[in-house]
Amino acid sequence: MSYASSLYLTGAEVGLSLFGLVLLLVSAWSGPRSGRLLTVVTVAALVAAAVFSAHLFGRASGGDAVVRAFGDLYRADAFGSFAKVLIYLATAAVLVVTPRFFAQVGGYRGEYPVLMLFNAVGMGMMVSASDLMTLYIGLEMSSLSSYILASFLRQDDRSAEAGLKYFVLGALASGIILYGVSLVYGFTGTTNYEGIRAAFDTNFSTGALFGVVFVLAGLAFKVSAVPFHMWTPDVYEGAPTPVTAFFASAPKVAAMGMLLRMAMDPFAGEVDSWRQIVIFAALASIVVGALGAISQQNLKRLLAYSSINNVGFILIGLAAATPAGVAGALTYLTIYVAMVVGSFTALLMLRDPTGNNLETFADISGLSTRRPALAWSLLAVMFSLAGIPPLFGFWGKFVVFQAAVQADLVALAAIGIAASVIGAFYYLKFIKVMFFDEPMREVEASSPMGHWAVLAICVAIISPLGYLLTIPLGEWTAQAAASFVAAM
Amino acid sequence: MIQIIAFYLFAALVIASAVMVIMARNPVHSVLWLILAFFNASGLMVLVGAEFIAMLLLIVYVGAVAVLFLFVVMMLDIDFAELRAGFIANFPLGIAIALILAAELIFGIGAYQAGQLDLGVADGRASPMLEASNTANIGALLYSDYVFLFEAAGIILLVAMVGAIVLTHRKHPGGRRGHQDIGKQNRRNPDEATVMRQPEVGKGVEL
Repeated sequence: MSYASSLYLTGAEVGLSLFGLVLLLVSAWSGPRSGRLLTVVTVAALVAAAVFSAHLFGRASGGDAVVRAFGDLYRADAFGSFAKVLIYLATAAVLVVTPRFFAQVGGYRGEYPVLMLFNAVGMGMMVSASDLMTLYIGLEMSSLSSYILASFLRQDDRSAEAGLKYFVLGALASGIILYGVSLVYGFTGTTNYEGIRAAFDTNFSTGALFGVVFVLAGLAFKVSAVPFHMWTPDVYEGAPTPVTAFFASAPKVAAMGMLLRMAMDPFAGEVDSWRQIVIFAALASIVVGALGAISQQNLKRLLAYSSINNVGFILIGLAAATPAGVAGALTYLTIYVAMVVGSFTALLMLRDPTGNNLETFADISGLSTRRPALAWSLLAVMFSLAGIPPLFGFWGKFVVFQAAVQADLVALAAIGIAASVIGAFYYLKFIKVMFFDEPMREVEASSPMGHWAVLAICVAIISPLGYLLTIPLGEWTAQAAASFVAAM
Repeated sequence: MIQIIAFYLFAALVIASAVMVIMARNPVHSVLWLILAFFNASGLMVLVGAEFIAMLLLIVYVGAVAVLFLFVVMMLDIDFAELRAGFIANFPLGIAIALILAAELIFGIGAYQAGQLDLGVADGRASPMLEASNTANIGALLYSDYVFLFEAAGIILLVAMVGAIVLTHRKHPGGRRGHQDIGKQNRRNPDEATVMRQPEVGKGVEL
């Protein structure tokens, strides 16, 4: 191992950290007015980091390239780099639509984009970790900045409550993960993924099983899978809307990537031990997410349940425990990010003429007459989330179910498909309210270009045009999933 | 021999001062007893050859945590008598939990002694340099092999600090309330600071 190559492989994290430190100084000296400028610079840095990660992805998927950095604490392999491209782009997209929200409610400061940057660094470490310590440190870096972002509107009671709730429950989940990590370390004598795998192959004791279950339970909290989902609706509703958009997109990718890597690398020999847990969490998430959303009037709460529901589908890919399953889960994640960013961007564009944000069903009734373009975009996003065929959301569900069927989990796939029909109900309710109800409120007539650009990109990805992506996306995710096979 | 004497001395003092922590009536005394317990615990650490942990105990626990406790105890108006009121009522529950924990420890250690537990063998990644001290070993690992994690942990602390400031710092546009304005105080003179009134008998003063 040479430091030069290690620094090169961790370039995205190192670069973003240094950049974040500089921006922190700038924001400290220039005061709250610099927020907007710093946001633009941060978006540029995140896009640059995504480009660099894409470069590392190309390098790692080429074959024998060195991917281990710092003595295998960190792997810049195809899987991690793919997830990081998604994470950085999602964070950048969310940042683009952020400042306008805070311009209305006030309280925007330069620290916001800086915390987003450090959050992105932590998420990058999470998906690239190949050591339990790296995993935990990345997780904490991302979680801590998330708690702060959730309560960023400190004058708002709901935001403060969301931050506190997230902090207490998140700290509990971190503690559970740490407890599991200590058990795994105790029974294997190493924190390195490869070492854990080798040790488990020779001897997998009951104590080690406890460790694995604890780690998986803590990670299930972070992806908000049922039965660890209770915090999600409250935190999503209370946090400022751009922060909610962020929570639903990039950290989901990071936590899911971390979970996929944990399950398929160090715990890959113990599939039979964890598969039932994952199957239960997947089915429960799909059902609870679908049923819980039905009675919601608040759109942010509804989208929170929708994200619980989607996590269930992604977990089906993990339950398959095959490279095809991992590739399917990554495909689903990619499409999911586009759908989530699109839906929240549309939500942020819904404002009454004085600029207050609208976030309930009553507010969007008859939207198609006031803002036809916005209504049609939301229609595309909702149909895609429901998995209705001409839209790209269908493809994500298709590859995941295909992987499950190939892994002889026909019953799981069948129940999942049946439950996704329940989910279609509230996505269709969106459409019904927007297109067939009488308009009840005045809405703001126009939105800025940045919002339209983000929404247009997301809608383009999930529209039938997205099917042009199926072949490259299939190749990329297969290469990403192959990095575990190579590690096997 | 001297080691055994030192061990029993430190151990007895740790237990005695720990008992005093919960027995002392005055909370400030409790914290002081706690500090004594930390000192003796670090003495025990030196005896087993873990001088780095001994230093950490002193610097982190005595230097930071215990002082923080002292500040909290002295600054906040906590009614400790009230906190302690439920002590007798909860005593049986506390004893039960203590017994369960003790039983678990005995089971665990017993199973380990009987060879029923297969603990992992250290992978040797962090094997020490034999001739160097503990502290030198930890430093050599922390700043070379694990420098990536060390720096990342530093950033976590920075994020926590930024968060504390972002969530609590307030700009006071018109100067802080209750803030001393020395210039204003010096400009005062008796004519505008005091008033003479001659109230009628049986009536109050109208100010």
